[in-house]
Amino acid sequence: MSSRNLDQLYRSVIMDHYKTPRNKGVLEESSVTVDMNNPTCGDVIHLTMQIEDGIVKDAKFEGEGCSISMASASMMTQMLKGRTAEQAHQLAEIISNMMLGNEYDTSIDLGDIEALSGVAKFPARIKCATLAWKAMEKGIDGESEA
Amino acid sequence: MLDQDLRNQFPIINQEVNGHPLVYLDSAATSQKPQQVIDAISHYYTYDNSNVHRGVHTLGNRATEGYEGAREKVRRFLNAKSTEEIIFTRGTTTALNLVAQSYGFANVEAGDEIVITYMEHHSNIIPWQQLAKAKGATLKYIDLEEDGTISLDKVRETVTNQTKIVSVMHVSNVLGTINPIQEITKIAHENGAVMVVDGAQAAPHLKVDVEALDCDFYAFSGHKMGAPTGIGVLYGKKAHLNKMEPVEFGGEMIDFVGLQESTWKELPWKFEGGTPIIAGAIGLGAAIDFLEKIGLDNVEKHEHELAAYALERMKEIEGITIYGPDNAEARAGVITFNLEEVHPHDLATVLDMNGIAVRAGHHCAQPLMKWLKVSATARASFYVYNTKEDIDRLVDGLRIAKEYFTDVI
Repeated sequence: MSSRNLDQLYRSVIMDHYKTPRNKGVLEESSVTVDMNNPTCGDVIHLTMQIEDGIVKDAKFEGEGCSISMASASMMTQMLKGRTAEQAHQLAEIISNMMLGNEYDTSIDLGDIEALSGVAKFPARIKCATLAWKAMEKGIDGESEA
Repeated sequence: MLDQDLRNQFPIINQEVNGHPLVYLDSAATSQKPQQVIDAISHYYTYDNSNVHRGVHTLGNRATEGYEGAREKVRRFLNAKSTEEIIFTRGTTTALNLVAQSYGFANVEAGDEIVITYMEHHSNIIPWQQLAKAKGATLKYIDLEEDGTISLDKVRETVTNQTKIVSVMHVSNVLGTINPIQEITKIAHENGAVMVVDGAQAAPHLKVDVEALDCDFYAFSGHKMGAPTGIGVLYGKKAHLNKMEPVEFGGEMIDFVGLQESTWKELPWKFEGGTPIIAGAIGLGAAIDFLEKIGLDNVEKHEHELAAYALERMKEIEGITIYGPDNAEARAGVITFNLEEVHPHDLATVLDMNGIAVRAGHHCAQPLMKWLKVSATARASFYVYNTKEDIDRLVDGLRIAKEYFTDVI
């Protein structure tokens, strides 16, 4: 079988986040709560973030979904802490470009998120990887409007 | 089992996907098309294309004959009394919406009940939800048995003399359950309700006889039975259809048009506003010819055999959960399952890399997923071109997926 392609999708760092998700749970004192689902496949995410003075102080998620969607959420919450709303949007844009196979900003240390680049070869799975990021952007935009 | 040669009549099947011969196990989503159907559509556009019911010219006559000829094939296929009872629609969804918007809005009032089941596809839930909300009626759900079947006692408990419409799927797209439509229809009628049947998963796979079922409406889609997408059928008893108002207005469905008032054509055309789906109907006619040549009884038998074999082989895999009835005779060729530790989307990706196409997700049946207490499942569904070897490939693929995820984790 084409296990080399599969290995690009299911990198060990992704499986590690899937099996041992970071920041799983609900923030008691959250300023932002977002529920989002992927209606075509049934994946769901419940994201809570604590945003103070335009900075994401903390983020936690709960949800149900495949390895890609849950690992992506786990990696995202890890990356968000201490970042400004603008930086969070930048990260989301990098993910979006990564998924579309476009060039993306490499000046930022992407850490574990880099592992998601293999998803671009699996068009049917792009929405799995971007679910958490869309939820985050919705939450941050809602916060700035409020 | 059906003749292996049948498989060769589906040109799409003979290809490699991701370096493996294709095993197509997603026919409940849409079926593949036999050459005969592809040729019929191609022939129509190459030689006969014209608008119907209006041309004096020869092509117009050919197109009309093709289109109305397909209607007669559908009438025979369903054993309906008259072609006046056969309305061409875009598919099952459009057909069910037509019943809800026309019959439903005229006959359901505040305090009335509409009864469906927990296993319905979204297309047989939401039209009724909308109708119930608009009219102040109640939408009631018949609970399912442990094995995913419907008990007639539960139907009797749920349907009352306040019930105006009962709408149930003939075959479940998730559980594969074949529902006792004839008996449910009897209960609906005893309570003064009409019976609507979502036949999307039944018409392709077993002999449907609307007269024997005695249902009031029966809806199905062409694309799940070898015909192209965009063509479907609503069968309705003439007595109902005659009283019903069209839901789409415009060309093709009118009789006389005045400045302020117009009148409608007779059945079935008053429900077919706009230039109809001519090539689609001709394709559906060709698909019916194809299926009738095999014999619907043989199609059903083939699928029971595949389902029985798949149930037996899939159970060999440790950590597998199979939903729906255990008895292959009680189900059509649909097997929905989950593999422990492997999310269905991940499973579907691994299978795809091995050339095997299955569906993963909620299968447009979110209330049923809730009832099963799962957020998603994987589904393998069979049709005339599938073989026992396809199921062997699926079982091998499931083993590969299981090993792969055990290794990488």
